Amino acid sequence: MRAFQILIDGFAISALYALGATGFTLIFGVSGVLNLSHGAIMVAAAVAAWAAASIFNVGTYAGALIGVAVALVAAFATYFAVVKPIQDSRRIPNEEKEIFVLTGTLLWGIMIQEVIAYFFTNNAKTVLPIVEGVVEILGVRTPKNEIFTAIVCCLVIALLWLLVNRTRTGKAVLAASMNPRGVTLLGLELTNIYVVVWAIYGILAGIAGVLLGMFLGVSSYSVGPLTASAFSIVVLGGLGSVSGSLIAAFVVGYLETLTAYLVSPAYRTIPALLLLVFVMYIRPQGLLGRR
Amino acid sequence: MSSFFTSRLFFISLALVVIAATLPLYVSGYVLGLLTVAFYFGVFAMSWDLLFGFAGEVNFGPTFLIGVGAYTAGILNAQFGWSVYPCIVLGALASVIAGLVLALPALRVRGPYFGLTTLVAVLMLQNFIVVFADLTGGEIGLTIPDVITINAGANYWIALGFMTISAAILYGLSQSPIGLVLQASGQDPVQAGALGFNIVKHKLAAFIVSAFFSGLSGALLVFYFGTASVGTVVDVAVGVNVIVSAVLGGRRTVLGAALGAIFLIVAGEFLRPTGELATFIVSAVALLVVLFFPGGFLGAALSREARS
Repeated sequence: MRAFQILIDGFAISALYALGATGFTLIFGVSGVLNLSHGAIMVAAAVAAWAAASIFNVGTYAGALIGVAVALVAAFATYFAVVKPIQDSRRIPNEEKEIFVLTGTLLWGIMIQEVIAYFFTNNAKTVLPIVEGVVEILGVRTPKNEIFTAIVCCLVIALLWLLVNRTRTGKAVLAASMNPRGVTLLGLELTNIYVVVWAIYGILAGIAGVLLGMFLGVSSYSVGPLTASAFSIVVLGGLGSVSGSLIAAFVVGYLETLTAYLVSPAYRTIPALLLLVFVMYIRPQGLLGRR
Repeated sequence: MSSFFTSRLFFISLALVVIAATLPLYVSGYVLGLLTVAFYFGVFAMSWDLLFGFAGEVNFGPTFLIGVGAYTAGILNAQFGWSVYPCIVLGALASVIAGLVLALPALRVRGPYFGLTTLVAVLMLQNFIVVFADLTGGEIGLTIPDVITINAGANYWIALGFMTISAAILYGLSQSPIGLVLQASGQDPVQAGALGFNIVKHKLAAFIVSAFFSGLSGALLVFYFGTASVGTVVDVAVGVNVIVSAVLGGRRTVLGAALGAIFLIVAGEFLRPTGELATFIVSAVALLVVLFFPGGFLGAALSREARS
């Protein structure tokens, strides 16, 4: 009974983590950017969906779409206002661009967070779920919303896999992650590929944010923890490796659910952090990372 | 080193310290209190700059070192009744041990991986403080019975003197041969090693020095506040402020980091009437500095001087 409960809840959480971390690792793999405003973009999507549905009464579907659109806009803003100027800057030495991108996106994330807090307060918000009601699976009462979340996450990840491996644009993205110079020599514009990747990232982060808002609820305080969890999942799986992140998301998701059910919800994040430190010591490049 | 004592930077710093030392004679206790906190923060930022600017280690967890020092001093005083000065010394020592623990992964992993390890260290410390609430006061914080002194002017002078001495030592270190080796090993570890320098030894030294000053400053700050809480000395947001200060003031300048910290704290106070927007404005200004003056305040000033 309890085992099934852990199995089901853990699956939904893990799928959500996987979706959130996929976009993050994709950007790192292709353009070497660690986007520390990730949590803020997810929260922006969730709060936009909540505001659209609860304040402006546009309905749950339209609300969810608005949430994803806001995340897309925020992702482009991050790229064009913060990341690209730093990458193109001639005043910043190349070997320091990484730390500047980290600092810049971190500050940008705080700005988004503060704007959200200013207009919509710090209170926790739960987005109205698209599907309501409860079903019984293997004797566990499960909200339909939880099943919906898991299905959407898996579908989106499958679509992403098709996009990257089966379309021309996707193959260009894949090639850029392997050898950026080679791609330029083949006559493809690297900037265009980056724009595509940031668009994919925006949509993924938006969907993950809106689902998170329906499933667990968000507030502007969730920004930091969300960024930290995406960061640790991605490092655990190996920076830039999408399949590694998927595995890591399930490991972390189940570890947290197990701890929450069997020990105490207060200790939820501790085992995952310990595992992370352990993996960093014995295998610094992560589970499936290449160096 | 000898040229420093005749340089313009030295005279400007000396003048600033002298002016700052006379402030208690004519400004209110409120301003002094604000600057006292800003000076302790300045030491946090300078210690971070030594580690990042020179050793090239992206430390996302300055508050791990600060928090260990602050909480060790606070717990020894509040739970075991030790007197103030042994607590401060032991706080600094605990922080040095924490710095050694943090340095272990730094010698194995680099770049973003090390950044994450330090971030995780902060999150773990935060979790443990909440879990061992009996000892640490948990989320509410720990009330500390003793203070160094209640005189606002004396507190201010202690903070100013502490910052000046720390600045002198950290700046001297950064300009010494050790600082140059650190800078070389941060930029190209392989080549620095090939030139015969022991990178591991130098990096460990940088961690120990950085941890010592962070912990000492954290312990002093706790006895100034009369309380130790996650929100003031451990939270990731505090660490972000330390990093922003150092980047704002100018990396690799050490002294700039202190300027950045003072600016950040004073600006935050001036913007208090704007309410919740204060953090937004400070972050926006910091972002603009990062984008348009990547050398920071002191970096921009120094490069202008070099050009003219």
